[in-house]
Amino acid sequence: MTRAAAPLPRRVAAQAAFEMRTVLRNGEQLVITLVLPVLLLLVLTRTSFIDLGTDDRIGLVAPGILALAVMSTAFTSQAIATGFDRRNGVLRLLATTPLGRGGLLAGKCLGVLALEVLQITVLAGVAVAMGWRPDPAGLAPAALILLLGTAAFTSFALLLAGTLRAEAVLAVANLVWVLLLAAGGVLLPVDLLPVPAGHVALLLPSGALGEALRSTLTGGGLPISSVVVLGAWTAVLGTATARLFRWS
Amino acid sequence: MPDSSPTGPLRAGPASSAGPAPGHAVVVEGLVKRYRGTEAVSGLDLVAPTGAITAVLGPNGAGKTSTIECCEGLRRPDGGTVRVLGLDPVADARRLRPRVGAMLQDGGLPSTVPAAEVLRHVATMYAHPRDLGELSERLGLHAFARTQVRRLSGGQRQRLALATAVVGGPEVVFLDEPSAGLDPQARLAVWQLVRELRDQGTTVIITTHQMSEAEQLAEHVVIVDHGRAIAAGSPAELVGTDDVVRLAVRPWSTAARPVAPAEQATALAEALGSATGAPHRVTVDGETLEVHTAADPALLHAVAGWAAHAGLLVTSLTTGRRTLEDVFLDLTGRTLR
Repeated sequence: MTRAAAPLPRRVAAQAAFEMRTVLRNGEQLVITLVLPVLLLLVLTRTSFIDLGTDDRIGLVAPGILALAVMSTAFTSQAIATGFDRRNGVLRLLATTPLGRGGLLAGKCLGVLALEVLQITVLAGVAVAMGWRPDPAGLAPAALILLLGTAAFTSFALLLAGTLRAEAVLAVANLVWVLLLAAGGVLLPVDLLPVPAGHVALLLPSGALGEALRSTLTGGGLPISSVVVLGAWTAVLGTATARLFRWS
Repeated sequence: MPDSSPTGPLRAGPASSAGPAPGHAVVVEGLVKRYRGTEAVSGLDLVAPTGAITAVLGPNGAGKTSTIECCEGLRRPDGGTVRVLGLDPVADARRLRPRVGAMLQDGGLPSTVPAAEVLRHVATMYAHPRDLGELSERLGLHAFARTQVRRLSGGQRQRLALATAVVGGPEVVFLDEPSAGLDPQARLAVWQLVRELRDQGTTVIITTHQMSEAEQLAEHVVIVDHGRAIAAGSPAELVGTDDVVRLAVRPWSTAARPVAPAEQATALAEALGSATGAPHRVTVDGETLEVHTAADPALLHAVAGWAAHAGLLVTSLTTGRRTLEDVFLDLTGRTLR
């Protein structure tokens, strides 16, 4: 009898579900993907420690929270998970099964997207309950930007995970997350940053993602510059990953 | 009679030069693998007969794992050819993966996932996986089904890794050190499963540095050292079917003139001939004298008599067939472990 693989869509879907369950089972991962964003949403909207320069606080905060959620899942969480899977030989073992390397990558990307859908549903639900009313015309462009941001950050995650030691991936991924949260224009508008940092942030994937979401969801339209910045980062990071990623 | 000469009949050789023979599920020819300039595998040849258990035996660092990883398609050879079921593990990976199972030396199991879920996940990659309940029962996985991989003992991890390697019902399965870290009971369970796989027609390739494992489990043994196959054959072919008495002697008196082993062999052959009335062949293997005959009390008496007469102390003496350890020692001058 000739042995057969399960059909490709089933293999990739199984890998995506596996990745998603692994994240949801992990307490720290749940904190960074859901608990922390909800808390930030509540704190930034209900308090006025930080002067946002607007009365519609939730209109400004909610898109930033979505951008942060994408960054956490597609970048930090994915980098750490893949880094340790690489060290533990998980990537190699799965590559010997019918899933293969291509299926593994596809499963990871699909898993990230599925997790983001869950995050966005929860976070947007909470925000709407708190009175958030995003511009309906901005929803489709916002979805495009979320996809582009996911592509850029997932590429970055795989580049780190495939080139550094697992412990270094852990440190770098967390450090980058904190730095981009503080000064990357992801959660809060870049005009709140000091001048040179604000200009730099606009050219980072974090700033491009955050600004584009704030613009589209508050009726400001889709900034082409953000699309270009995210596209360029995806191309550069994706190419580097394809060339430099080591499976073991 | 196998001898220690590298040109002897046991040399792993061009038996497969005609290409992927139908009787060989795995054919490796002249494999070379380098890591940053260091050659881990230097022109290795091996074949694994279809439907048999082949043991790749050698000390740590001999190139066993690199060879297996080239067969699994995880590494790209720097030279030579590798064929598994007649296919190239790298170029034909998509066609081979459903037919080949692998147990990696470092496990490759995701650390935060419960054991049963790992096995179930790997099983979903195949159209017709084995029955998970039966497989779990066989390998005793039920006891730790809900335990995360990182909390499993070394032996539990080995059994889970073995289960993932065979869950697809592979035609060829590569097991890299499958019984490392197992207690004797778990090792027997693993051996039994491996034998059953073979009985069902699966080709099994295991790597090991334990001679007992190779001798008891494998029909075909390839001895690897320094990145090359230095001997290959069935355990019986490798150790030879002839009985042999091996002995080492040293002069009893410290003032005695040292005698070359070859001279001692000649003298011993003469002494045995006159004592037993039958000719005996005595050869030299390093410092060891080998009498090619089955041992009996009269012969050993004659050996001891010769030694006493010649003023020699017998420092070691073994009878019976050689072991793979002896073969390895003969070939490399080093012990296996």
